[in-house]
Amino acid sequence: MDMNSFLPIQVPWTPQTATSAPKQAPSFFPYADNAGTVAAISGTDFAVLAADTRQSAGGNYLINTRYQPKMFKLSNGSVFGTSGFYGDATTFLNRINQRLEWYRHAHDKEMSTPALAQLISILLYSRRFFPYYVRVLLGGLDLEGRGVVYGYDSIGSYEACLSRAVGSGGKMIQPFLDNQIERKTQTGILRAPLTLDKTKTIMRDAFTSAAERDIYTGDYVEIFTITAQGVNVEKFDLRKD
Amino acid sequence: MVSRVNVPKGGFNFDNYQRNLILQQNGYSMPKATKTGTTITGMKFKNGVILGADTRATGEALVQDKNCPKIHRMAPNIFCCGAGTAADADKVTDMVASQLELHRLATGRESRVTTVLATLSQYLFRYQGHVAAALVLGGVDVDGPQLFSVAPHGSTDKLPYLSQGSGSLSAIAVFEERWRENMERDEAIELVKDSIKAGIFNDMGSGFNIDLVVIEKGRADFYRNIETPCPTIEKIGNYKFQPGTTAVLSESFRNFVTITEGDAMDIS
Repeated sequence: MDMNSFLPIQVPWTPQTATSAPKQAPSFFPYADNAGTVAAISGTDFAVLAADTRQSAGGNYLINTRYQPKMFKLSNGSVFGTSGFYGDATTFLNRINQRLEWYRHAHDKEMSTPALAQLISILLYSRRFFPYYVRVLLGGLDLEGRGVVYGYDSIGSYEACLSRAVGSGGKMIQPFLDNQIERKTQTGILRAPLTLDKTKTIMRDAFTSAAERDIYTGDYVEIFTITAQGVNVEKFDLRKD
Repeated sequence: MVSRVNVPKGGFNFDNYQRNLILQQNGYSMPKATKTGTTITGMKFKNGVILGADTRATGEALVQDKNCPKIHRMAPNIFCCGAGTAADADKVTDMVASQLELHRLATGRESRVTTVLATLSQYLFRYQGHVAAALVLGGVDVDGPQLFSVAPHGSTDKLPYLSQGSGSLSAIAVFEERWRENMERDEAIELVKDSIKAGIFNDMGSGFNIDLVVIEKGRADFYRNIETPCPTIEKIGNYKFQPGTTAVLSESFRNFVTITEGDAMDIS
C-alpha cells in the first residue's frame, strides 16, 4: 500500500501549472524514505528474514552507506526488520526494546513472538495520525516452536503469513515468494515442506534478482535464521552499482 | 494543384496538449518518461578525444534497460553521448546525424564538430529545455580534436574534460584528481573508464557496463561493453518447472482446414 495515503500532511511541493493555485512556500516535511528491501519466510520449525544493507537518501540517487543493517534481534526467538524512514525505525526499535525490558521485569521471562506481534501493532497504532514511516516485518518461533512471520502496514494492521516482502524491492520479490513458497500457482508438484537450506536459497536469489532491477536495493544481503537453536546471521554480496 | 490530403510537415504535434492539461487537473497523472540517469564523460588526450558512458536506463526506481547504448555515432569522425530523457537524447542525435549524412553527400566534405554543436544547441534552445537532452560531444575534424558539452536548454561548454548526467559529480572528481594535458592513449582510456566507474558505483542512477569510443585523426574505435565492473551474481537455486506445472483449466480443439476425400494431388 502507498504509504503517502496514511500521511496527515501531503507531499509539500508539486509542479505548478499556469492555471493552478498560486505557489506556496514548501512546508516542513518530517519524513524521509531511506528505501531498501526486507523479506521474511516462515517454515515448519524456523523463520528466515532477509534485508539488503544499502541505505540511500531516497528520491535522489545518493547512497548514504553500503552497510546499515535493517534487522534487529529482539529475543532468542524473534527478529524484527524495517524499511522506510530509518530515523523512525531506530526510535521504534528503542520503544519495543523498552517495552520488552518492562515485560521481563514484570514477568521474569521473554515475551513470546505472537505477543510481540501484538505489541508492535499497538505501538504502531499509537501513532495513528502521525505514523512511524516504517514497514515492519516480524519473524520468529511461536510457543509451539513453529516458524511464524507477521507483516504490518505502517499504522498497525497486521497478519501472520507464510511469506512477505516489503520496501523498495518488495513488489518484485513478493510474486516470486508467492510462487516458490506458497506454490499456489503450481499444480501437480510435490508439496513437501520447504527445508531451511532451500528457503535460504530462495531468499538469496530473490535479493540478487531484486538488486538487478531496483536501484535502491544492493551492496549486501543479510539473512537471519531463527531456529530452536537461536538466531544465526549470514551476509552475502549483492550488486554494488 | 491543391492537395486534398493534409500531409504532416514534421515537428511535434500538440493536439492533445489542452486535453492532457484538463486530465491532469482532474487528478490523472501523465506517464513518466524513461530517464537515462546517466554517467557520461569525455576528455581530450594527446592524439584525440575519448568519450565514455555507463549503460543503465531507469524509470523512477526501476531499471528499464541494463545495457542501453548511450554513445551515438553522429558521423564517422564525431560521436555524442546522451543523458536525460532517453527518447530526447536518442531522437536529437539521430536527427542531427541524418542531417550530417545529407550534408556530407551534398558537399563531399568531412563533417565538422562545430556544425553538430551549433545544430544541437540551436535545436535544444528552441525548445527551452523541454527536449531534455544533456550531451557530451566529441570528434576530430580539420580543426583537430574537439570536445563540448550541451545542456538541455542549449548552453554549451568547451572544456578539456567534462561529464554530464546524474553521475557527473562522481565522474568529474576523478578527472579533477588525475587529468593531465597530453596523456597517452592507454592511460587516457583507463582514466575515462575510472570516471565512469565512479558514477556506476556512487550514483544509483548509473550502473552496469562501460562503453567507450576513442576518436583520433582518421580513425574512431568504438568499444561496446569494454568493461563490466559489476557482473551479475549467479542464482544458486534451480527454478525450472516440470511440464504440467501450470493447470489446464479447459481445452478446445478446432479444425481450420477441412480435409475432404478425393484424388491424390498430382506431384509428378
